[in-house]
Amino acid sequence: MTISRREFIKSQAAIAAAAAAGVALPASLVARAQEAPMDDGLRWDKAPCRFCGTGCSVLVGVKDGRIVASQGDPDAPVNRGLNCIKGYFLPKIMYGQDRLTQPLLRKTDGRYDKNGEFQPVTWDEAFDIMAEKWKAAMKKEGGPSRVGMFGSGQWTVWDGYAASKFIKGGLRSNNLDPNARHCMASAVVAFMRHFGIDEPMGCYDDLEHADVFALWGSNMTEMHPILWSRLTDTRLTKPGCEVHVLSTFEHRCFELADNPIVFKPQTDLAIQNYICNYIIQNGKVNQAFVDNHVTFKRTAENIGYGLRPNHPLEQKATNSGYPDPADPTKKKGDPMGATEITFEEFAKLVAPYTLEYVSELSGVPKENLERLAAAYADPNKKVVSFWTMGFNQHTRGSWVNGNMYNVHLLVGKISEPGNGPFSLTGQPSACGTAREVGTFAHRLPADLVVTKPEHRAIAETVWKLPEGTINDKIGYHAVLMHRMLKDGKMNCYWQQCNNNMQASPNMNEESYPGWRNPDNFITVSDPYPTVSAQAADLVLPTAMWTEKEGAYGNAERRTQFWREQVSAPGESKSDLWQIMEFSKRFKVEEVWPEELIAKKPEYRGKTLYDILFANGVVDQFPYDGRILDDQGNAYGNHESAHFGYYVQKGLFEEYAGFGRGHAHDLAPFDTYHRTRGLRWPVVDGKETLWRFREGYDPYVKAKHPEVAKGDVYFYGNKNGRANIIFAPYDPPAESPDADYPLWLCTGRVLEHWHSGSMTRRVPELYKAVPDAQVFMNKLDAKRLGLRDGQMARISTRRGEIAARVETRGRNRPPEGLVFIPWFDASRLVNKLTLDATCPLSKETDFKKAACKVERA
Amino acid sequence: MSLYAPPGRTARKTKGWLKTHRWLLLRRSSQLGILALFLAGPWLGVWIVQGNLSASITLDLLPLTDPLLLLQSMLSGSMPILSGALGALIVVAFYALVGGRVFCSWVCPVNPITDLAEWLRRRLDLRASARLSRDLRYWVLALVLILPLATGTMAFESFNPVSMTHRGLIFGMGLAWLVLGGVFLFDLLVARHGWCGHLCPIGAFYGLIGNRALLRVRADGRERCDDCMDCFAVCPEPQVIKPALKGADKGMGPVVLDMNCTNCGRCIDVCPQNVFRFGTRLRNRSDAADPRVRYTHQPRKVS
Amino acid sequence: MQGGTGLEWQFSARMNANERKARLSRRQFLGETLKTACGVGLFGLGLGLYAQRASALPAWAIRPPGAIAEEDFNGACIRCGLCVRDCPFDMLHLAELGQPIPTGTPYFIARDKGCEMCEDIPCVAACPTNALSHDLTDIEKARMGLAVLVDQENCIAFRGLRCEVCYQVCPIKDQAITLDRQHNQRSGKHAMFVPVVHSDRCTGCGKCEEACILERAAIKVLPMHLAKGELGHHYRLGWEQKQQAGGSLVSPDPEHRYNLPEGMRYEHGGRGLIQEGTAPGPGEAAPIPDNPLETLNRKGPL
Repeated sequence: MTISRREFIKSQAAIAAAAAAGVALPASLVARAQEAPMDDGLRWDKAPCRFCGTGCSVLVGVKDGRIVASQGDPDAPVNRGLNCIKGYFLPKIMYGQDRLTQPLLRKTDGRYDKNGEFQPVTWDEAFDIMAEKWKAAMKKEGGPSRVGMFGSGQWTVWDGYAASKFIKGGLRSNNLDPNARHCMASAVVAFMRHFGIDEPMGCYDDLEHADVFALWGSNMTEMHPILWSRLTDTRLTKPGCEVHVLSTFEHRCFELADNPIVFKPQTDLAIQNYICNYIIQNGKVNQAFVDNHVTFKRTAENIGYGLRPNHPLEQKATNSGYPDPADPTKKKGDPMGATEITFEEFAKLVAPYTLEYVSELSGVPKENLERLAAAYADPNKKVVSFWTMGFNQHTRGSWVNGNMYNVHLLVGKISEPGNGPFSLTGQPSACGTAREVGTFAHRLPADLVVTKPEHRAIAETVWKLPEGTINDKIGYHAVLMHRMLKDGKMNCYWQQCNNNMQASPNMNEESYPGWRNPDNFITVSDPYPTVSAQAADLVLPTAMWTEKEGAYGNAERRTQFWREQVSAPGESKSDLWQIMEFSKRFKVEEVWPEELIAKKPEYRGKTLYDILFANGVVDQFPYDGRILDDQGNAYGNHESAHFGYYVQKGLFEEYAGFGRGHAHDLAPFDTYHRTRGLRWPVVDGKETLWRFREGYDPYVKAKHPEVAKGDVYFYGNKNGRANIIFAPYDPPAESPDADYPLWLCTGRVLEHWHSGSMTRRVPELYKAVPDAQVFMNKLDAKRLGLRDGQMARISTRRGEIAARVETRGRNRPPEGLVFIPWFDASRLVNKLTLDATCPLSKETDFKKAACKVERA
Repeated sequence: MSLYAPPGRTARKTKGWLKTHRWLLLRRSSQLGILALFLAGPWLGVWIVQGNLSASITLDLLPLTDPLLLLQSMLSGSMPILSGALGALIVVAFYALVGGRVFCSWVCPVNPITDLAEWLRRRLDLRASARLSRDLRYWVLALVLILPLATGTMAFESFNPVSMTHRGLIFGMGLAWLVLGGVFLFDLLVARHGWCGHLCPIGAFYGLIGNRALLRVRADGRERCDDCMDCFAVCPEPQVIKPALKGADKGMGPVVLDMNCTNCGRCIDVCPQNVFRFGTRLRNRSDAADPRVRYTHQPRKVS
Repeated sequence: MQGGTGLEWQFSARMNANERKARLSRRQFLGETLKTACGVGLFGLGLGLYAQRASALPAWAIRPPGAIAEEDFNGACIRCGLCVRDCPFDMLHLAELGQPIPTGTPYFIARDKGCEMCEDIPCVAACPTNALSHDLTDIEKARMGLAVLVDQENCIAFRGLRCEVCYQVCPIKDQAITLDRQHNQRSGKHAMFVPVVHSDRCTGCGKCEEACILERAAIKVLPMHLAKGELGHHYRLGWEQKQQAGGSLVSPDPEHRYNLPEGMRYEHGGRGLIQEGTAPGPGEAAPIPDNPLETLNRKGPL
C-alpha cells in the first residue's frame, strides 16, 4: 500500500480543493491531517480470501505480530488486485472485540453441567471431559455411530484431511459431514452421476470465452462479486454477448440481463426439460457428440423429500431409500437409481414439456423461454451456464443439476473454452476440502467412497490401517445428525469452522432440541461466540484464517496455499491442532475391537495420534522452528512447533498420494507456496484448464489412446461416456396455501459472509447492512398493510421471526414470494425453514417454504 | 435606613415566613413546573410538551408559539402555517388577559437568574448601578424587529438569552452559559434590574401585549400604608407602584395600571399592612373603598 | 451628570420616568434620544453583522427535509426544536451557541446518521412555520443537499473493487445512485461498477455518506450550490435534444453513396468502413477469437 509521493501530493491537492470550495468539515468528522503512509517494516505475503468460492488472492502486511495492511493481489489470475467489500476488510475479521481466547465449559459448582454457565477451563480439562463423554457414548449400542463431527468448506485442506482420518480411520465412525452438505452436495451427486468424477470441467477463463451466459439460481453479482465483474466485462466488451438470468425473484444480476426470467419456484426442472425438447424438436441435437459420448438414462422417481420417514410425504414415496415399514431389513427403492434408455425414449420423456405447458407452469412468457432455448440450441454460440444455491438447495437438487448437464451434453457444448456447465461453489474450499479431501459422510479422499470395498482398501493402505478398519456404512449427513441428536441416537457432536445452529434448517424442531438434549455433549470450535457456541456445552477457541498455515481449493479446481502470518490470540489453536491433540486421548484398545488390533499388533498400546499422525509419513518432514519464504522472511507454525514436525507438509503429501495418477493430481507441497494456486490435475507441473478434452486434459490420451485430436472422453465413467439422465418436474415439499400464502426464500447479501460471525464484527460492514430485512413485493406489502421499514412478523409452521420490510431494495421478489438473508444472528431465519432435502444429495432446500407475513 | 435592607422583615414578623413568600413560592413553582413539563419528555420519556418556549405542542393538541419570534419570522419574509399562527394567537390572547409580563415573572427561565442577581446585590450591599432608561427596551424591541427586515435573518436569536437558556436546558447549552452568565453579571455588577427591567425586548413586547390586561395588582388598602418602602424595594419595576399607592390625592385609583407590572405578587407578600392584593382593573375609582368589604373571595391564582 | 443615556453611572434615584422626563428640557430630551438611538443602532449593527456571520451554514451540516433556501431559513426558523423532537430516528440536532451553525436551528451530519426519509415526513409536519416547507409531501422530492462522489481517487469502486455499499443503501434505489459499468483497463478482464449520483433523484439524505466504508467518506452530501455545476445558458446537448424531439431538429440527410472497392461498404452514422463478412453486428453468428484481448481491443461500438 505504498503511496507514491506524486499520489500523496495529488490527494493533498484534492483536500485543498475541497477546502477552497468551502467544504469545511467539523473536527469530529475528520480529525487529523493525512498521516504519512507507514509501510516501513511491513512483511507482505499472499493468502487466498477466506470467504466465497471465487478464490481471490490478497496480500497481507504484517507488522509487530499483527496484520496491519492488506491489498488485492495484483498478480493473482482470478482477481488481478481486486477485492469485493468483504475482501477489502479481511484483516478486520480477526480483530473483533469478542474473540474467544480460552476453552469454555458449562459448569456448576466446579463440575461440568449441561445447564451450567460457561467458565474458562484449560485445554487439558476441555479434552478430558470431551474424551470422557465420547468414550462413554461409544460404549452405547451403535458404538462409533454415537459420535460425529461437523466440519466445513472453510476448513483448510489439512483440517479436513486430519478430521477425515481421525473420525473415519481412527474412531471408525463415518459421522463426518461438512457444511458443504448445505451448499453443494447436490452438485457433487450430479457430477458423480453424470461424469463419474467430481468438480467442474471448465475454469474461470470460460468467462471471457463464452458468447452466452445463463445464470440459474445464482446471484453472482453479490455472491461471486469478482467473477461477476469478469462476466460483466465480457458482456460489455464482446459483440453479441448476451446474459440470461433465471431466478425465482429479481436480484441484482437482472441489471445486466438481456433475457430476465423470473419463474415459479421448482419449475426450473420443467424449463430445462423444455430446452431439451426444443433442441430435439428443432433438430439441433449434436448427433455426432451424443452418439459417441453420451449414454441416456432415466432416474428413479417418487423419491420423497428427505423428511423424517414418518412424514406423510415419505410414507407415499416408493423410492425414498428409507427402511421399508413392512420389512425393516429392506429399503424402499433407491433414489439414486437410474435405468438406461434410448435417445428416442428420452425424446419421448421430454416431449410433454412443450412451450405452452412450461410457460403456463413456470409463469415465464413464451418469448423469454424460447430465447433461452434458442441460445442453447444455436451451434454458433458458446454457452456457459452458472449456478449456485438456487439449484443446489433444492428438494430435487441433484436432478436440477443433472438436467443442466443434459442440456449441455445434448448440444455437445461442454469441456471447451466458453462452453460448459459450471457449478459455482459457495465456500472458499468447498472443492478443496469438502469434496477433494472427502469429508462427506460417504466419501474418502479423491472421490473414493466408504461403501466400496476397493476404495476402503486404498484408504486403509495409504493410512497404514488394518483391513476392515473403515466402516462400510454411510455416516449421518448434516440434517440426519440433528435428527439423531434429537432422538438420542448420536450423543457427541463436534462442530468446527462453521455455525450450524444458525445455518441448519428447522432450528426450533430439529437443531436446537438435538443440541440441548441432556444426553448429548456438544463441542463447538470457533473464534467467536456464535449462535452455535451459545447452544454448545464446550467451546474451543480457534485460530482463524492466517493465524494458521492453510490451503483452499476454489470453484475452478485451483489449490492455493498460505502461511501462518500471525499468532492467534490467547490460547486459540487451529482446528488441525485440536483434532490431532484430541486424538492423543484415545488408546487404540478403547476404540478398536480386538480382532482388528490383532491384524496390526504393533499398534497395541498406542494412541490414535501415534497411529494416524506419528505414522512415519505425516511426521516425515522436520520443522526447525520457522518457515522461510523465497525472500527469506520467517513465519511461525504453531502446530509444527507443538508436534515437532512440519505437520501440514506431511499431511498434504500423504493426502496427495490418493489423487496422483488418478486424475486428481496435486503438485508437490512446496510448489503451492510459490504460486497463486494451480488447477488440478497438475501433471508434469502443468495445470489442467478444461477437463475431458484432448489437448487440454492429459488424462484423455492416457485413458483412451485412440482419441481423436481435440475430441472429448469422459474418463470418469468406465465406458468413457457421460450420462444424460432424464428427471421430470416434481412439485416442492411445501407450497404456499391458504394459511401460509407466501414463498419464503433465504440467501446471502454481498456485504456479509454466511452467518455473519466475522463480517458483522467489521463495523463498516455492520453499518452497511446491519439487519436482515424481509424483501417483498410492493403489492404484497400493501395488501398486508405494511410499509417500508416497518417491522413484520414472518412465520411458518415451524417458527417465527421479526424483520423490517423492504420493497425497494436490492432484491425485488414477485408477488407471492419473500426473501430473507440468513446472516443476522438476531433474526434466525432458519427457525422458519423446512428440513426437506434432496433425497439423493441430502442437501436442504433453503429456498422454498410456505410462510405468512403480518404486521408485528 | 438603607434602601437595600432586606424587604419584608416586618411583614415576616407579623404574617409569618410562609405568607411573606407565598407568591414567590407559587411563582417559582410555576417556573419550575413549566420547565419540568418541557424536560419530562427528553429526560423521562413522558411527552406532555414537545419543543421549547419558541414553539411547542402540548399533548399533541395545543400549539403555542412565541409571538415575538413569529413576528420576526414574518418580517423576514416567511409566513407561518396555521398551527404556528394559531399558537401565537393563543399566547397573545392569554397574556392580553392576565398581563403580558406575567410571562416574565411566572414563565421566563431567565427570571430566576436575574432575581438571584438582585438578591445577591442586596446581600452584598452592592449599590452602584448604571443609570439606564427603562424605555431602552422599546428601542431594543424596535431593533429586534428591524433586523429581520434588513437582514432576512432573526439576528436577535443569535443572542437571545431567554430562548437560548430554555432551548439549552432542553436540547443542550453549548456556549449559551456564557450569554446567561453575562446577563447575570450585568445585573449583579452593572445595572440593577438591568436586563429584565431595562433591556429585554421580549419583556417589552409582552408588556405591550398586556397593556390592557384584566388581571392587576391593586393597592386597595393604600390607606393603611405606613411608608415602610418594602414594596418599592422588592419590586422589579418599582415605578409602577407609586401612582396606585400614592396617587389617591391626584385622583388616581388603587389599581396598578402600568403595563410593566409583572404581576409577580412580591409587593403583596412583603407588605406588613396587607395593602396589596390581586384583582381586576375594574372599579378603579380614586375613592374606591376597601373591596374586601364587598368581595368575600380572593381572585384566582394565575399562571 | 444629568440626562442619562444609559451609558453613565449614577446612583439610581427614586423617581419614575414621568418625573424625570418632566425635568428634562426639550433640547436635553432630543439629545438623549439621539444618543440612545446611536447606541442602540451601533449595537444593532454589531448584532446584525454577527448574526450574518453566524448564519453561514457550513457544508457538512445539512438541514432537515423541506428546509427552504438557507438565506430564508434563518429568518423563518423560530428555533423551537419541534422537528428534532418529532424525528423518530433521533438524527436531527439543534445547533448550540458556539457551533458554527446558526444557534438553535436544526441540522444533521450525514456521516453520523443520515435521514431515513420517513414517508410521512414528521419533521416537516411538526414545523410551526414554513422553515421546513409544508409543500413537501413526497419525501422523494426533498432536496437536503446532493451526494457527490468527491474523492474518486480513494473510492474503491473507481479502482475496480466490488463495494457498491453507497448504491445498496440508497433509498431511491437504482435511481439516485446508479452503477456505471466500465471496462477495467488495468486488470483487462474485469468490469468496474462506478457509482453515479443523479441530481434529479438524489434527496441528499446522506445514507451513502453514512455507510461509506472508507475511513473518511468518498461520497459526501454537499449543499446544492456547492455540488451543482451549471451548463452555459446558450448550450444544449444535441443527442438529448434529439431524443426529446423524437428526431433530428434539422431534416436528416438523404442517402449517402460512396466510391468503394469490391467487398467494402460504408455505413453512414454507424460503423463507417466495413469489410463485408468480417465485423458482424450483435446477435449475428461469429467465430470468437480465443485471445480475449483481440475482443477487448476491437474498435467500434458494442
